[in-house]
Amino acid sequence: MTLPPYAHLLGLSVEPGDGGAPVLLMPFSDDVLGRPGFLHGGAIGGLLEMAAIVALHTALESEGGGRIKPINVTVDYMRGGREKETRAQGIVTRLGTRVANVEATAWQDDSTKPIASARMNYLIVRDI
Amino acid sequence: MTAFPSFDPERFLAHGLGGHTGLLGITHHAHGDDWVELALPYSETLIGDIASGVLASGPILSMMDMATSMAIWLKRGHFRPQATLDLRIDYLRPATPGKTVIGRGECYRITRSIAFIRGQAHDGDADDPLAHVAGTYMFLDMPGAEAKA
Repeated sequence: MTLPPYAHLLGLSVEPGDGGAPVLLMPFSDDVLGRPGFLHGGAIGGLLEMAAIVALHTALESEGGGRIKPINVTVDYMRGGREKETRAQGIVTRLGTRVANVEATAWQDDSTKPIASARMNYLIVRDI
Repeated sequence: MTAFPSFDPERFLAHGLGGHTGLLGITHHAHGDDWVELALPYSETLIGDIASGVLASGPILSMMDMATSMAIWLKRGHFRPQATLDLRIDYLRPATPGKTVIGRGECYRITRSIAFIRGQAHDGDADDPLAHVAGTYMFLDMPGAEAKA
C-alpha cells in the first residue's frame, strides 16, 4: 500500500515484518518531540495507528481488498519514548465481514519492552 | 521541585512550540478554568486517506493529547510534568476536508497522582462532534513516579 501524506510527515518507512505484518520505522527528529527528552504521545499514537492500518490493509488485500474506516482507538503508554528511532507493528486479531479488531505495539531498542500499545476497531467495506 | 508560575495556555502556545505540536500547526483557540480549546488547521500534509482528502486520525489524537494535558495544568494552576497513561478516541465521523478542527479538552477530576480527562473535537459545529476522547494522566512529581518515565 502507499503510505498517506501524514505517514510521510512522521518520516515513516516500511520494513519487512518477519512473517507478520510490515514493521513501520519512525526516525527520531524534533518533529516527533513532545516535552524535552521524550517523544510526543500523539506521534506515538499516530505511528501505532499507521501500523494497524498497514496490517489491516495487508490482511484485506489477501482477501480481495477493501476500504477501512476507524471506529475507535485506545492507546496505552507504558514507557516514555526516548530520543531514538521507534518501530511499530500491527496484528489483526480478527478480520470479520464488516469489522476488524487490530492491535499494534511500539518499541525502541527491545521489542519485548514496548513503549506503547493500541487496540483499534475498524469498519470494513469490502471490494468483493 | 521549583515552583512554576501560573499556567497560561495562550502564552504557552504563542511561544511557537517546536516539536510535534509545531509540526502540526496547532494553535490556541479558547480556554477556561479547567478546559482548553485548540485549533488544528487543515493541511494536505496531514491527510490520512488520499482518495477522500480526510485528515489522518493521528493529528487529531495529538491535538486532543495536548488539549487535555493543558486542561490539567489549568486545573492544577501550574505546569507540572505528567505522562499519558491511556487515551481512547471514538471517531464519530470523518473530519470535513478543508475545515479547521477544534479540539476541546477538559480535566474533570484530579487525585493525588492521577488526572482524569475527557474531550470532544468538531469542525465548526460543537453540536456535531467528530471525535470523543477519554483518558488518564499520571503526575511525575509524585514520589516514585519517575521510575515510569
